[in-house]
Amino acid sequence: MKTPAIHRRALFASAAATLVAPGIWSTPLPAAAQGTGGTVIDITRARTEPIPIAVPDMAGAGPDAQRMGQNIARVIVNNLRSSGLFRPIERAAFIQTPEAAAQAPRFQDWRVLGAVALTTGRVELSGDRLRVEFRLWDILPEQQALGTAYNATASNWRQIAHIISDDIYKRLLGEDGYFNTRVAYVSESGPRDRRTRRLAIMDQDGENHRFLTDGQFQALTPRFHPNATQIAFMSYLRNEPRVYLFNLQTGRQEVLGNFGGMTLSPRFSPDGRSVILSAIRGGDASIFVVDLASRRERQLTNAAGLDVSPCFSPDGQQIVFNSDRGGDQQLYVMDANGGGVRRISFGNGRYATPVWSPRGDLIAFTRIGRGQFAIGVMRPDGSGERILSEGWSMESPTFAPNGRVLMFYRETPARDARGAGFSARISSIDIAGFNERQVVTPNDATDPSWSPLLS
Amino acid sequence: MSTAKTLLSLMAATGLLVACSNTEQAAVTAGAGAGGAGQIRPGSQEDLVANVGDRVFFDTDRSTIRADQRTVLDRQASWMQQNAAVQVTVEGHADERGTREYNLALGQRRANSARDVLVAGGVAPARIQTISYGKDRPEALGSNEDAWAQNRRAVTVVR
Repeated sequence: MKTPAIHRRALFASAAATLVAPGIWSTPLPAAAQGTGGTVIDITRARTEPIPIAVPDMAGAGPDAQRMGQNIARVIVNNLRSSGLFRPIERAAFIQTPEAAAQAPRFQDWRVLGAVALTTGRVELSGDRLRVEFRLWDILPEQQALGTAYNATASNWRQIAHIISDDIYKRLLGEDGYFNTRVAYVSESGPRDRRTRRLAIMDQDGENHRFLTDGQFQALTPRFHPNATQIAFMSYLRNEPRVYLFNLQTGRQEVLGNFGGMTLSPRFSPDGRSVILSAIRGGDASIFVVDLASRRERQLTNAAGLDVSPCFSPDGQQIVFNSDRGGDQQLYVMDANGGGVRRISFGNGRYATPVWSPRGDLIAFTRIGRGQFAIGVMRPDGSGERILSEGWSMESPTFAPNGRVLMFYRETPARDARGAGFSARISSIDIAGFNERQVVTPNDATDPSWSPLLS
Repeated sequence: MSTAKTLLSLMAATGLLVACSNTEQAAVTAGAGAGGAGQIRPGSQEDLVANVGDRVFFDTDRSTIRADQRTVLDRQASWMQQNAAVQVTVEGHADERGTREYNLALGQRRANSARDVLVAGGVAPARIQTISYGKDRPEALGSNEDAWAQNRRAVTVVR
């Protein structure tokens, strides 16, 4: 607060500022003992003990900066805890004050709490300018593992907290995080036979919630573009169910393609240049790919039956989809040009809503059998099927950009003939099948779509 | 064996339900009529519901017209020929025991199946539109076999 200009100049002398997200600049903080090695926890095993970490409030001069420092720390704590891979230590147990820790951590005070890692930070507020200095400490070797200063307008404080959370995740787990992301979904309200369904968007932790459509027409199945600037979805505008594009920067909506009938289940290709979808012509639903520049469409399947829910592999070479061509719903994989179709699901039940992991190693799906719905994963060749969660009704998995977490939606049955007791909510779960958590939304929520990493 | 038995009992159940839901609908529309006293305008939705039947039901995951449902569509085709100015939308629906995207396609295929019977019965294709709502507009709001049987439907609606 006292001399922010000097602080910034001093840092800029040592390293250029980097734009990490729109309006957020970062500069590395020099440290005597910045480690290149240090602790990296292996989470490739199915399930690990969560990492004990101490995240005290960030220090700040004056009540506004202190409150901001507290808010940022609490967003970080919530992110790390919700991942299931960290165990933030209760702040009531802390010995050293945030201010003292920000000056120089007394490692013994944190080691006795069982912490493996410690974060410290300092917040400076000057008008609407926010500067956050953040450091991550490796407690056993007593050295700084990360040090970064973030500069942005104060309204971006949540995003800075998410970026710091991703920094911690990556430094300690050795892989990219997923906290600086958003989720598009369908917000549902009203009685079951007259539901209002609106597109909505929120941060992955449920904050910054915003409606994208007004509910005048039904909107379903939003899906993010790989650069997160637009969403493909299905709209009942003019009572003609069609796939539309929604530009998140301008708010503009436009219909995609001219198929003369219903189009549904859109998804962008990994390079963002085309949309794959299902269109109904005659009695069958077939898969088409639409080039976004030329708007030319190409038909990829023409078997008898319903081919829906296509999704590209992350390298764009293959497509997984859902078809009842063999009598009931199963999963099939084909080459991106429509050739080489092979069935990959052979377990008990019907399979649907396949979605390819951004890592390429797994396909998540919905399985319906014996009166139950389940969310599971299998390898792209159909082997290694694992069920992660099971219940009365659940569907529509979507991967976090690092492929480690899924969101999906879960429904509870109606208790009576008026539909009382029915609800739909989004859950997240680790792909190892633990740490299922409900995402808090203002209304019923379905069809989640996880954005790419925004920084 | 057990599948066949389930199917049979389902067919019996839905047979009853057809009657049930039609009477309910007719009662509601008769009560709501502006003129009251059972005045139903020929060619109206009320006429279709009370005297013909506005909907057919389907087996789980199927969109073929069941033998026990076909007569409803045959009656609808004759009714549309008698009321030559009437245009309709056939709305296809599914029960809640499927995934949203597949059910949207399934509902469309059901609407198409019903339309095809109307066209085969002599109705000009230009008089019939189709739309699918998948599982998203249930008629029966419960979560049980009876409700699901009522929701796997194609409903003919006068435009």
